[in-house]
Amino acid sequence: MSDTIQSGPVLAADGTPLKRSLQRALRRQKMRALLLIAPLLAFILITFILPIGDMLFRSVENEIVSETIPETVDRLADWNPDVSALPDENVFNAFYVDMFLAQEKKEHTRLGTRLNYELTGVSSLFRKTGRRVTRFDTDIYAKQFIALDPAWKDPQTWSALFDVSSNRRALPFTTRSWDRWGNYLRGEGKNPGEEDIEDFLFSALHEDLTRLESTDGVDPLIAAATQAVGGFETVSVRDQFLDIDKDWGRQDVWRIIQVYSPPFTTGYFLNSVDLQLGVDGIKTRSEDQRIYIVLFGRTMFMSLMITFSCLLLGYPVAFLLSNLPLRTSNMLMILVLLPFWTSLLVRTSAWKVLLQQQGVINDVLVWLRIVDDANRLILINNQTGTIIAMTHILLPFMILPLYSVMKTIPPSYVRAAKSLGATDWTAFWRVYFPQSVPGIGAGAILVFILSIGYYITPELVGGTTGVFISNRIAYHISSSLNWGLAAALGSILLILVLALYWVYDKIVGIDNVKLG
Amino acid sequence: MSTLPPYLTTGQIAWHYGFRVICALIFFFLIAPIIVIIPLSFNAENFFTFTPKMLALDPAGYSLKHYEDFFTNTNWQAALYNSVRIAPVATILSVSFGTLAAIGLSQSHVPFRSTIMAILISPMIVPLIISAAGMYFFYSRIGLQGSYWGVVLAHAALGIPFVIITVTATLVGFDRSLVRAAANLGANPVTTFFKVQLPLIIPGVVSGALFAFITSFDEVVVVLFVGSAGQKTLPWQMFIGLREQISPTILAVATILIGISIVLLTTLELMRRRSERLRGMTPG
Amino acid sequence: MKTKSFVIAALGAALASTSALAADMTLVSWGGAYQASQHKAYAEPYMKNNPDVNIIWDESSNEAVAKLRAMNEAGNITWDLVDVVASDAIRLCDEGLAMEVDHDKLLAPAPDGTPASEDFGDLLVSGCYIPQIVYSTTFGYRTDMVGDTPPTDVCAIFDLDKYPGKRSLEKRPINNMEWALLCDGVAKEDIYDVLETEAGQDRAFAKLDSIKDQVIWWSAGADTPQLLADGEVVMGSTYNGRLFSVIEEQNQPVAMLWDAQVFDLDGWIIPAGLPEERLNRVLDFVKFATDTQRLADQAKYISYGPARKSSAPLVSKHAELGIEMGPHMPTDPANAKNTFLYNYEWWADYRDDLDAKFQAWLAK
Repeated sequence: MSDTIQSGPVLAADGTPLKRSLQRALRRQKMRALLLIAPLLAFILITFILPIGDMLFRSVENEIVSETIPETVDRLADWNPDVSALPDENVFNAFYVDMFLAQEKKEHTRLGTRLNYELTGVSSLFRKTGRRVTRFDTDIYAKQFIALDPAWKDPQTWSALFDVSSNRRALPFTTRSWDRWGNYLRGEGKNPGEEDIEDFLFSALHEDLTRLESTDGVDPLIAAATQAVGGFETVSVRDQFLDIDKDWGRQDVWRIIQVYSPPFTTGYFLNSVDLQLGVDGIKTRSEDQRIYIVLFGRTMFMSLMITFSCLLLGYPVAFLLSNLPLRTSNMLMILVLLPFWTSLLVRTSAWKVLLQQQGVINDVLVWLRIVDDANRLILINNQTGTIIAMTHILLPFMILPLYSVMKTIPPSYVRAAKSLGATDWTAFWRVYFPQSVPGIGAGAILVFILSIGYYITPELVGGTTGVFISNRIAYHISSSLNWGLAAALGSILLILVLALYWVYDKIVGIDNVKLG
Repeated sequence: MSTLPPYLTTGQIAWHYGFRVICALIFFFLIAPIIVIIPLSFNAENFFTFTPKMLALDPAGYSLKHYEDFFTNTNWQAALYNSVRIAPVATILSVSFGTLAAIGLSQSHVPFRSTIMAILISPMIVPLIISAAGMYFFYSRIGLQGSYWGVVLAHAALGIPFVIITVTATLVGFDRSLVRAAANLGANPVTTFFKVQLPLIIPGVVSGALFAFITSFDEVVVVLFVGSAGQKTLPWQMFIGLREQISPTILAVATILIGISIVLLTTLELMRRRSERLRGMTPG
Repeated sequence: MKTKSFVIAALGAALASTSALAADMTLVSWGGAYQASQHKAYAEPYMKNNPDVNIIWDESSNEAVAKLRAMNEAGNITWDLVDVVASDAIRLCDEGLAMEVDHDKLLAPAPDGTPASEDFGDLLVSGCYIPQIVYSTTFGYRTDMVGDTPPTDVCAIFDLDKYPGKRSLEKRPINNMEWALLCDGVAKEDIYDVLETEAGQDRAFAKLDSIKDQVIWWSAGADTPQLLADGEVVMGSTYNGRLFSVIEEQNQPVAMLWDAQVFDLDGWIIPAGLPEERLNRVLDFVKFATDTQRLADQAKYISYGPARKSSAPLVSKHAELGIEMGPHMPTDPANAKNTFLYNYEWWADYRDDLDAKFQAWLAK
């Protein structure tokens, strides 16, 4: 190296410039680190992040409407409620085909349930309609077509007709209906060429034929029918629907279908903040349906109460632990860690035993004559129950961060303050307390984050007033089946928690989370 | 602290003892609910309350029948079996992935370190009900819902943050010059890892493993959604016990679990001491 | 080294379990005494005859509709046979989540040869449903907490002056709405007409409002018995079989109120889309478990009436207590003096509407 003191870059042993060599080494180091992390990152992405993303997607997804009644959605787009009070006959014709197929596939009740979230009463309307839609008076079309040419009765005729592209072009509505019918039958393991032609197909055919302008290139059977169709006796499909239930004449029912036609919706998010995308834009829900804002508020309130009581109980304990000799504090620490390591369900069942009206706490209070036997305290199945049990469960999460911060506060500061004439209180409040604030911040945010998403304990001891938004999410997933709303509520909760997580990261740093 | 300085005023002495009484009460609050379960699990009746016979310390008021039920009832035994075959496998997954990643994260130059860290810790932060709901829908879609591996993967994901946290914590105190010294002496990276790095971080790995284990062993929300009858774990059975077919057998189970947590806690404490001792020996 | 052998042992355990010998069959039910009676009457004898089948119970009937829908959406059905109440069966059938069954073809005829459809009669409320039992939702009360005048009338639940204390009601509108209207003076036969109107629903909620802060809401059948046994409530609604077990088997100071109890059914549905091998296994089990003798056997363990007419004469004594089960059946004439007929069709139509309103009302 000694004889290469020329100008130019410093070289590494293998002759490459040192700068580049170092860069390469650094890059290699980065690569190695990333390679070590990559398997876990991939694992978490697949098993955890992706599922959450998938759930969030459900909060805006609304394909059920356009998938179940596609023809109606298509035609309803042109309907302007300001011009005509009700959609015209065309829409009802499409709806007839859609409903017929939906009830065959048993999809109509699900759609009814979906729309019922937005307009109460739609669910029963759809169920009722599903039962009656197969018995419409549209059979007169079938009779007239078959009277015109018995070939129309034969499913093979239809199969053959709709294999020819010129026929398909001439009769677009019937073609689509026939294809959907065929797909459904094939899914059931049946052959469309062998099943009876249903009334709704004749109804669709009638509509197409009355519109057909030119019969060039179409099958003679269709051409003949086009000639005859003008003289057919007709039936109003709209009247058939109104016959089932006069609610089909309600504008808001149709408006709701129209408003919720797109494949994506903000409806669930609006519902989760007690708003509603109704027939005339976004507005607040009716009084008796407004519950989520209250519930979010209650969740926040209870989490704050829990955080506050944890702080109240945790601070003295952490203070004591950090000021005792190590041997004693290690012993006492076990009393903090044992609950921490004990199964959550064990602790919750303990509280159930303790808090009942005939439970241990009330028994002791009655025995001590503090409480009259007839007026036992109601400590469970309400907010009190949730707050007490969760304070107990989350207390270690407050004590541990507080303790780790307090241990680093040198006792000499307080001593110095006292020797300068401060009272005990002043020395604590002006000198010690400010130094313990980071611990309070860390513990409080941790407890708040954990409590805001709690499910099990409120479910078991919270009754109806002591439950959190999480319990509502679980209810919508497993009981009401309103998965979209569950996802929307979950997304809001998630955003809340992630915001707090971010704050926590800023204040404490994720790296500094300590356990045990 | 056992003797008080002689110059204290009466008020200060009162406060000194008053403060200790307050702390004792808080400790009582922490521990009493757990202790109270133990005698109740020997209740001869089928309900959750102290019977007059028990209060009179009459031996007839006590029995081992709930323990007997736990050890003979097929539901509880199946639940125990499921817990035992889910938790260790989930632990192995989280520990092996987690330790590797923690070592990666502790290198000096890691791009997007804080973002990666935030993602890896997120299973601990995201409310369980959201994780459970997401996994429920997604695992259904890919055919993992209601399967053994579905539950194992879900639990492994939940355990990972604990492994990351504990292992990175031990790595912070890890002296990197030891690795360089090993390399200098001719050891390849794999040998270095097993001979030098691993023995020093093992306390962190073990306590991470214990956390991951207890996370899976104690987890109920996710398994309720992701699992099906074939993966009914002990906490699940307890949840049913509390919500549906209330039987004091869960108090017997609870007592057993308290015993297990005491064992785990002791192990952890021993690990911590070992780690401190080892670190005391490392240079710098 | 220790870690290594631990790893190997755990992996071994995991692998061994995935290759179980017997074929698992997952039955979904309600847990508690009811599931135990099913296990003893159907599952145990069946497994004895078929050692290659291993029956697993899943206590998820409460969430059956949700879980079946999720399974269906994913095309991965993990359940083989699901026990649900009639209204859920109707809903599952309507949504195509339950398989339609031909009762005469799949189920055993009565011992005298009567085809199954006739033996079950009117109880076949849905084409997918195979009823097992008739039960009723009724009230139990603490005999030591009601003074000298035990309640004889269902409206006692709304009478806070005479019977102070907490009461437990089910956390859903079904039954509660009917009782509320009944006790608000609506004639029994008009209840569903009134409930169909907005004003009628408000009226029912108003009546429930009068006791709302004294109600503990339950969602599992075992809650009320436990609450009664612990003295947490003075009276509460639950299934009559659960009350039977708390009164007769556990000798708690509880009595039953047979007034305006609501008749309902419980039975099996087979999830739609089971693979053939599993379907055949399930069909074999169902045929066995719903025959005349098995349904009668179940009544030995719990006081629910068998759904087959031909089982009624075979109902005998309780398996352990030796008491005659007839008088404890909801179908016994002495108990059925004033029953309330539950309208399945009506609830199928209005359930969504009322569930939403009820939940909103609860959360207030």
